[in-house]
Amino acid sequence: MKSYTYFPGCSSEATAVGLDISTRAIAEVLGMELKELEDWNCCGSTPYGSLDETESIVIAARNLALAEKTGLDLVTPCSSCFVTLNKARIHMMEKPQLKEKVNAALSAANLEYKGTVKVRLLIEALMSDITTKQISGKVKKPLKGLKVAPYTGCQEVRPRFGFDHPENPVALDDIVTAVGADVVPYPSKCKCCGGSAVIAEEGLTLELMYRLLDDAAKNGAECIVTPCPLCQMNLDAYQGKVNAKYNTKFNLPVLFVTQLIGVAVGLKADQLGLKKNIVSPNKVLAKYL
Amino acid sequence: MGKTQSMNFVKEVSQVLGGEGVNLCMQCGTCTASCPSAHIWEYTPSEIIAMVRAEMRDEVLSSSSMWCCLSCYSCTVRCPRDVEPTNLFHALESLAVKHGYKPKNTSTPVMYKNFVKSIKKNGRVSEFQMMMGYYMSTNPFAALGMISVAWNLLSHGRMPLSAKKIKGKKDLDKIIKKLNEVRGAQ
Repeated sequence: MKSYTYFPGCSSEATAVGLDISTRAIAEVLGMELKELEDWNCCGSTPYGSLDETESIVIAARNLALAEKTGLDLVTPCSSCFVTLNKARIHMMEKPQLKEKVNAALSAANLEYKGTVKVRLLIEALMSDITTKQISGKVKKPLKGLKVAPYTGCQEVRPRFGFDHPENPVALDDIVTAVGADVVPYPSKCKCCGGSAVIAEEGLTLELMYRLLDDAAKNGAECIVTPCPLCQMNLDAYQGKVNAKYNTKFNLPVLFVTQLIGVAVGLKADQLGLKKNIVSPNKVLAKYL
Repeated sequence: MGKTQSMNFVKEVSQVLGGEGVNLCMQCGTCTASCPSAHIWEYTPSEIIAMVRAEMRDEVLSSSSMWCCLSCYSCTVRCPRDVEPTNLFHALESLAVKHGYKPKNTSTPVMYKNFVKSIKKNGRVSEFQMMMGYYMSTNPFAALGMISVAWNLLSHGRMPLSAKKIKGKKDLDKIIKKLNEVRGAQ
């Protein structure tokens, strides 16, 4: 059993609650002990950094300082938390004066950031520490015949923090293969879904989502699998809006990769938060649940 | 040309976190070619960088361009000069906010402000409160177009209406206050 400090991220309490439920469920089966970081705050994400980068680093640093006390690697399933916390870490590593300023601020809450904590992505930990071999070994219901379009999204692999290829990521493909499903290759695999612009620039994001859904469907996918909370929310909750705008009939369930693994290792729909999915995955998963 | 300074905008940008790479750009256009939203930018990614280099401070900071960045980092991984355009665009956004520019034709700054407001209130983001704040400060009627999506999320238990406050909220306030004291003193 390997232990980690777990950083769920704000979306785990709302739009991506299914990611949190399924992450905790598969961690138990795969022998990962996830200890939730006590009283974590929002990482700041892109919006905070766009308004005030230094202040955003300070609020990210509170989490890093708290995590450091545990002596464990920090693991998050959220791509935005991963990028934001790592960006803060690297800025402070490269600019000692900034780190000093941040520590002066943290001292107001009796905290200190030393620079020792590692920030890791859940799927990187799955690949590096658990390995696909061990995942395969735990599979009780191979997802034989299920055609899956792996969608990594942007911030799991870009900018580079040492995990997977930034333009042709393969980790997700390896996981899909490890649970017995078929990988559907499609050209848009690494294109952006629009992210948080879905609120202020809905037209643009519906266009990007349409291209992705169309590409995955045309190449024969029965479902899309992603590790990213925002990609899942967009492609799942806005699929109806895409259909209305483009006069299409997409009905592609969008699963979290943790849900896919969960089904394969024999967990039930309730244990994986599958009822939280808006485009129902019941039909495509019926054979395996 | 500049609102408060002239002929040193490049220096000003390069001193903001994330803006350091502005001088490395060689105008190859890879960022624009890689950008999934370039077609809606007022000036394309490479144009806006050229405008910074040309000291067009007002035009850059009042533009909606950088607010169209989706933070997909495609340009950043492809840039042959390591300009890190994504971070540069965020640096331009933060400069625009700091100096009170309000770009037309984009409500992204309002969305970002409501996002940060939600963090400052509770220590975590409440997606519901952030959305409500956004629609109230832009166009409340536009929220009607969101009913189907909101209902999808609500009925699937993915949009709690109340927000959780972290225990260390006061600590977070103190940390931010202290940072601003330290910054003010410099």
